[in-house]
Amino acid sequence: MEHKTKVRAEEGRQELFITREFDLPVELLFKAYAEADFVARWMGTKVLKLENKTHGSWQYETKDGEGKVVFRANGTIHEFIPNRKIVRTFEMEHAPFSVQLEFLEFKKLTDRTSMLSIHTVFRSVQHRDDMLKLPFAYGINMAHNRLEDIMAGRE
Amino acid sequence: MNLRRDVFQAIADPTRRAILFLVATQSMSAGTIAANFDTARPTVSRHLKILTECELLKPEQSGREVYYHLNPEKMKAIADFVEPFRKLWDDRFNKLESVMKAYERGL
Repeated sequence: MEHKTKVRAEEGRQELFITREFDLPVELLFKAYAEADFVARWMGTKVLKLENKTHGSWQYETKDGEGKVVFRANGTIHEFIPNRKIVRTFEMEHAPFSVQLEFLEFKKLTDRTSMLSIHTVFRSVQHRDDMLKLPFAYGINMAHNRLEDIMAGRE
Repeated sequence: MNLRRDVFQAIADPTRRAILFLVATQSMSAGTIAANFDTARPTVSRHLKILTECELLKPEQSGREVYYHLNPEKMKAIADFVEPFRKLWDDRFNKLESVMKAYERGL
C-alpha cells in the first residue's frame, strides 16, 4: 500500500526526510505553517510566538488537562519564502535532545494539489534514532501499561 | 473504502495484545482464546476478526474449529520502529488537510 506520508531514514545517517502530498493548493498548505491560528489547530498546540521572517523566532507549548506543560519547543527562522520554503531550527525544551535544523519545501503539483518535503538534520545519528523511536516507545509503553492493568484486574 | 486495518491500531488495544501473547507459543481455537478472558465471546470474536484482517493472526480450519496462529512476518513489521513516527506525522498532516479544507469552505 502506498502511503501518503513517507519517511526516509537511511541507516547510519543523521538526517531524515519526510514527504507528503496534499489535496490542497500550495498557498493553503503554506498558510497552515505561516499563520499561528492554523498551526495551533492542526498541531494541537498553543502558539506562544511565531515570527515568520528571517531572524524571527517561534515557540509552541502544549498543556495537559490539568494545565501542566507537557511539551514546549522553540526555534529560529532562517529563511521564509512564501509558498516555497521555510528554513528553521527546532529544539524541545527540558528534553535530552539537541537542536535540529529543518528545511521545509512547498511545491505546487497541480492547482489543487501540493507537496511538502521536510529535510531534518540532527546533531548525530544517535540523536536522530532516539527522536524517531519516541512515538514507538510511547506506544509500546502505553500498550504495556494497559496490558498490565488488565492482567491485574483479572486476578 | 479501504478495509485494511492498521497494525499499530490493532496492537494499541490491550486485549488484542493479550491475544497475541496467548497464541505466540501455540495456535488456539477461538473458544480456547475466549476462555482466557472475562470479556464476552462476541467481543473476543471481534478482536480476532481485527487481528486477522490486519494479518497478525492467520486462521486455519481444522475440523469444526478455526485455529488461530501468529503470523511472524507481520509481527516483524511491528519491529519497524519508524512506522509509529510515520503514523504520527500522517495523522498530523491529515488534520492539517482537514483544517485547511474547512477554512477553504468558509467554516
